[in-house]
Amino acid sequence: MIEVDAIIIGGGIVGASAALFLSKAGRRVALLERDFCGSHSSGVNYGGVRRQGRPLSQLPLSQQAHEIWSQLPQLLGIDGEYQRSGHLKLARSFNDLRALQDYAASSQGFGLDLQILDRDELRARFPWVGDVAVGASFCPDDGHANPRLVSPAFAQTARRHGAQVHEQCAVTAVEHDGQRFRVNTANGLELRAPWLLNCAGAWAGKLAEQFGEAVPMHAGHPAMLVTEPLPLVMNASTGVEGGGIYARQVTRGNCVLGGGQGFALDDARARPGQNAVLEILRQAVELYPFLEGAQAIRTWSGTEGYLPDRQPVIGHSGTQPGLLHGFGFAGAGFQIGPAVGQALTEIICSGASTTSLDAFSITRFHSISVA
Amino acid sequence: MSPVVIVGAGPAGIRAAQTLVAHGVRPILLDEAARGGGQIYRRQPANFKRSAVKLYGFEAHKASAIHQTIDDLHEQLDYRPDTLVWNAETAALDTLHDGRATRLEFSRVIVATGATDRVLPVPGWTLPGVYSLGAAQIALKFQGCAIGERVVFAGSGPLLYLVAYQYAKAGANVLAVLDSSPFSAQARALPGLLAQPATLAKGIYYRSWLTAHGIPVHQGASLIEINGEQRVQSLNWRNAKGSQHLECDAVAFAHGLRSETQLADLLGCEFTWNPLNRAWLPQRDSAGRSSIPEIYLAGDGAGIMGADAAEMAGERAALAVLEDSGYLIPPQRGNQLEHALNRIGSFRKGLEQAFAFPEDWAANAADHLIICRCEEVRAGEIRQVVREGHWEINRVKAHCRVGMGRCQGRMCGAAAAEIIACESQRGVSDIGRLRAQSPIKPLPFGLEVEP
Repeated sequence: MIEVDAIIIGGGIVGASAALFLSKAGRRVALLERDFCGSHSSGVNYGGVRRQGRPLSQLPLSQQAHEIWSQLPQLLGIDGEYQRSGHLKLARSFNDLRALQDYAASSQGFGLDLQILDRDELRARFPWVGDVAVGASFCPDDGHANPRLVSPAFAQTARRHGAQVHEQCAVTAVEHDGQRFRVNTANGLELRAPWLLNCAGAWAGKLAEQFGEAVPMHAGHPAMLVTEPLPLVMNASTGVEGGGIYARQVTRGNCVLGGGQGFALDDARARPGQNAVLEILRQAVELYPFLEGAQAIRTWSGTEGYLPDRQPVIGHSGTQPGLLHGFGFAGAGFQIGPAVGQALTEIICSGASTTSLDAFSITRFHSISVA
Repeated sequence: MSPVVIVGAGPAGIRAAQTLVAHGVRPILLDEAARGGGQIYRRQPANFKRSAVKLYGFEAHKASAIHQTIDDLHEQLDYRPDTLVWNAETAALDTLHDGRATRLEFSRVIVATGATDRVLPVPGWTLPGVYSLGAAQIALKFQGCAIGERVVFAGSGPLLYLVAYQYAKAGANVLAVLDSSPFSAQARALPGLLAQPATLAKGIYYRSWLTAHGIPVHQGASLIEINGEQRVQSLNWRNAKGSQHLECDAVAFAHGLRSETQLADLLGCEFTWNPLNRAWLPQRDSAGRSSIPEIYLAGDGAGIMGADAAEMAGERAALAVLEDSGYLIPPQRGNQLEHALNRIGSFRKGLEQAFAFPEDWAANAADHLIICRCEEVRAGEIRQVVREGHWEINRVKAHCRVGMGRCQGRMCGAAAAEIIACESQRGVSDIGRLRAQSPIKPLPFGLEVEP
């Protein structure tokens, strides 16, 4: 029997950062991960560390995350290849450029410092962008990092601060006895705690449902690929207004590109489909002509949770005191994840999060019947 | 009805095609190479005119027969050379030919993807002038050129003596053969090897021929280091008598072969650990049926058995395709093939004993040794990740990039697994299996897509 203050289910960046911040605050924590910490969406995502383009309701939390990211080496002991390269969101039509201008106007005051670039300014500053782009919005302090390194490092650091981190430890039963949660795992652990954090990503719906608050979540599988190392050309991480593809270049020279959807192999594994891969290759040479003739050496995908409004669920359960949720980031949880871990920590340690989480309450789905 | 597709035009693929054609089926035969024959019977370019005996020695008649077979089948099958299968999804293969991507649906597929050398790096192995044994042989067979003027062959496996013999026979100056397996292992292996006396006799012949021609053959001899500034200038090796230095300008080395299993993996085949191959291999029954009903496996791509076995396994898998498609196939031929394959299986056990895997390689690999040359990952970096608590090979890959580069672990995967197992004090079968990810080989931007 393991007695702790909080049991966290899910060793992704949200659960692991909660484990880290709770441990630093002196709480006894057990982090349970079915596979390996940071091996699913948190570790295999594109690696964008971006505020630009998020719904305005996420920007306060995203801004807090921005502060945490600036302290990454002090926090984790690694730089995680994090660089504030800037994030360049491209417009392929004047309508799209107008949408970028509107976003820049409405997000003023959140500290993004967006710069709208017309065609000539874009050419002058980012000559590697293809003619298909008619303008762009540039967020100078956004950037990118290596998720394969950063996400597992949160769990590793939590362990150094005293958290129990249990990997390959699938949860088989959860119940609340009126005072505490009791959690059993496939490898025979039995844990008890007054707090339970549901940070199980695409698999979090099951636990919410068990406590009477099912959510209409579905799994998505972003398609991604990487090139062989190329001469350094891209000095910003990029995306495209209205969707499409996104791309960045790492210091080693490899370009990482994503776009479109793959498919699930089973409950836990996914792969990009041939269609998505070929579509990325096709679109990429229009947006980034220097890629013509380069070679893609690897493709991959992951499993991410999406709610219909593409907003996450963060905060108190509406049905079970002591249960906190943090899931459903719609493929955009990597940047904001550490701030969510911090907000959940604040709820436990000081009764409430310093940033309002109202927009992300699970109760927004309580009246919806889930098919 | 979607066609039956064969991937790989080596001995297994060609015999499979021949068997299907003999029963009135017109398969599609995909091959990455420009001409059929596979690696072992790789054909010289069409305008090269060396004789088969000169190219293939003892195996000339087999090579000629395989080449003749694919030439004769030309009209009766849909043969697509220069075609890479870069991805697979349920019941479909994604191919690349001449800058054009095409999707090919299949009703059944025989995967005959062959093998490459198993490479256990030594310091200096990335210098120009260092080749794998298979690559050294291809230079000779395909282009008629040697890898150097003063050549050393090292490592272990049957290819070691064969390639050394072929080089010497072609007039190259072979300075030495360094066989890492001790004589005692080969003596112990003799009973198993006697299952294929003719093959054993050939092995003995190559070795005797080398000795008779004054080429030193050292057993229990480990390659320690390859030296040079711009290219190979010398090497150091060691045996029970101590360390030795040898000036040379080229080295070819390998420790046996490894199966090319990525396509079977992408197709979803179940894998099991094979201690003899020291590798994860796609499961197959004695006829070549995989764990998935429409997918069949033949040849070295599903476990190293050699070219003769590949021919039989190709035919057997094709018979299984026919049986499963409702053709009435008398059982005799299938049984006969399975029996013969069994005998070769016993021989392979002897061979693995004779050319024992150097179990101490990982422990002796220095920290600065590059394991993954695509991503320039050194043994010490892999060990560091293991010391941080990671032991599952895909996790280790995620942390230090080993196997993440251009070859996707095809060249470094076996060595990386040994280092991880050794450092984490686990068995090499207990560190997970490096998962295949498409593309199987690099895929260019700007390709045309066939609608």
